[in-house]
Amino acid sequence: MKVLRYLARNPVSLFGVVILLAFVLIAVFAPVLAPPQSFQLSPYDTPRAGFLATPQPPSPEAAFGTTQGQYDIFYGVVWGTRTAFKIGLGVVAISVLIGTVVGAVAAYYGGVVEEVLMRIVDVFMAVPFLIAAMVLTALLGKGIVPITIALTTFGWMSYARIVRSEILRIREMDYIHAARSYGASDLRLIVLHILPNAMFPVLVLATMATGSMVLSASALSFLGVGTEEGYADWGQFIAYSRNWIVGQPGNPFQFWYTLAFPGAAVFLFVLSWNLVGDALRDMLDPRHSH
Amino acid sequence: MLNYALRRLMMLPIVLFALSLMIFALQMSLSPTQRLAAYAPSPDYLKGGQESIRRMIEQYGLNDPFYIQYGRWIGGILTGNLGWSETARQPVSTALMSLFPATLELVVLAFVPCLLLAVFLGSRAGIYLNRWPDHVIRIFTILGWSFPVYVFGLLMLLIFYSALDWFPPGRLSQWAQTVVSSSDFVRYTGANTVDALLNGNLAIFGDALRHLAAPVITLTYVNVASMTRVMRTSMLETLRQDYVRTARAKGLPRRVVELRHARRNALLPLATIAGMELAVMMGGVVITETIFDYAGLGQFAAKTAANLDFPAVLGFGLYFAVVLVLMNLIVDLIYPLLDPRVKTQ
Repeated sequence: MKVLRYLARNPVSLFGVVILLAFVLIAVFAPVLAPPQSFQLSPYDTPRAGFLATPQPPSPEAAFGTTQGQYDIFYGVVWGTRTAFKIGLGVVAISVLIGTVVGAVAAYYGGVVEEVLMRIVDVFMAVPFLIAAMVLTALLGKGIVPITIALTTFGWMSYARIVRSEILRIREMDYIHAARSYGASDLRLIVLHILPNAMFPVLVLATMATGSMVLSASALSFLGVGTEEGYADWGQFIAYSRNWIVGQPGNPFQFWYTLAFPGAAVFLFVLSWNLVGDALRDMLDPRHSH
Repeated sequence: MLNYALRRLMMLPIVLFALSLMIFALQMSLSPTQRLAAYAPSPDYLKGGQESIRRMIEQYGLNDPFYIQYGRWIGGILTGNLGWSETARQPVSTALMSLFPATLELVVLAFVPCLLLAVFLGSRAGIYLNRWPDHVIRIFTILGWSFPVYVFGLLMLLIFYSALDWFPPGRLSQWAQTVVSSSDFVRYTGANTVDALLNGNLAIFGDALRHLAAPVITLTYVNVASMTRVMRTSMLETLRQDYVRTARAKGLPRRVVELRHARRNALLPLATIAGMELAVMMGGVVITETIFDYAGLGQFAAKTAANLDFPAVLGFGLYFAVVLVLMNLIVDLIYPLLDPRVKTQ
């Protein structure tokens, strides 16, 4: 109820929720929207209409046109939605898990354990994120799993920091002292009383990070270490458009569709997660609800 | 304060050590044969068949235990030898140093307008909360915040290069490159705009700016968003404080209170964020440089990462960590200047 009232008052947030739901629907109904053909080994292999090098404009056969090498852009954008959800939610879920464990252990044990763990966090923070992820993906090979591993390896630290500082803050609150006074064990305190309250800021961060992780994953594909050739992945399709930015003389926008459709997909996806994250923060943190 | 700065600086060797260990461990996951490529003086050496490859692996000790190989490697680095970059075909330190001015030039040109815009837009949005300037600025920042750099960059190319032919990619035009490489042109700094001015060559200066324009616009737009948001939030919190109300109550004009009393204090959180953004940008604007074919640290780092050119990746990683730690330190040291209360703590 509170959520609905908030959305009614904030049309921009509502817009974010609507786009996000639209993407969920596209991902769920991908087999209906862009049915894979029977000879395809995997639905994520984008079908191609021939091997012509030059992209072809939108036509009845290919609603969004085709890329270089004739990959169907509409198919790539639709199935790319699934790829985006898989990578975004996968990376964030694993990162939150690792970060929560590290942050909770550091806050719980304190002393040397905390010092060591937080210094490890510092070291990972000093790593150039995109370059490190590129190296790891290049080592592990192409595909979604290597991308997820790489982005998680270098992306869990902020959750550890937040969880730790939230636990330290909440631990000193009155209701915790009360719970301790009637004999709750430390573990019970952490898991049942402290962590649930510490998760709100994590939730906000995770929501916003889902969009930005998809951005990073697409960037990996764009830089040439992401997914395999022809895999339904927005970054890959944007990478294809790069060679066709300059049209023929007299027709500079000749290949507009190669960039416009996959570009709009990434943009709207990230935008929707950011708007939803923003709304969550407003709702959970009274200080921001002006 | 000095004590604090020293403690922060002492973290640096620890971070660098851990980083080198991490990158070396990644490198060790390659087979000795793959790692051999970095040592081969020329590709012909690897064509000598199994026997010569085995001999070279032996010669360079690529089958030794981890800690021996690491010790040998770190020993070289401690003597200032960062190794050879296969990608750049020159020593890593030479490559990094020759590319650094290019990135610095780009980052400075983008960061300054970015900071000014963020202060201007953020404080305006805070002052006009929930009125149209606020709405326009919020939409502008949310769009910029969600825009993938590579999509925005490609759009810039499409409009300003393909359609209008104003801002070509690269760092210099062919003719300008010829002039710059000639012996008459003195390379004082390595940054094209500065060198052009020092040599009194305005044509080169103009050409360098033409090439810088599109990446600078791209970087500014994608980075201004987060900074503007921070500035807006912080402005809102400051405007609600008692001293602001007091200043208004004693009859100071609204403008004076907003711009002189409130905005100054609202700058504090922005300093932290701006410092971090600057550090990240200095660490190589990977995608922007790649899109605009701008030969700087970011483009170089991306190439070396994709090629698994480990000596270069490590060199870049060390550089990045140093920049990050130093930048955080500088922000911490600037803080007391912005807020005298910090000093007493």
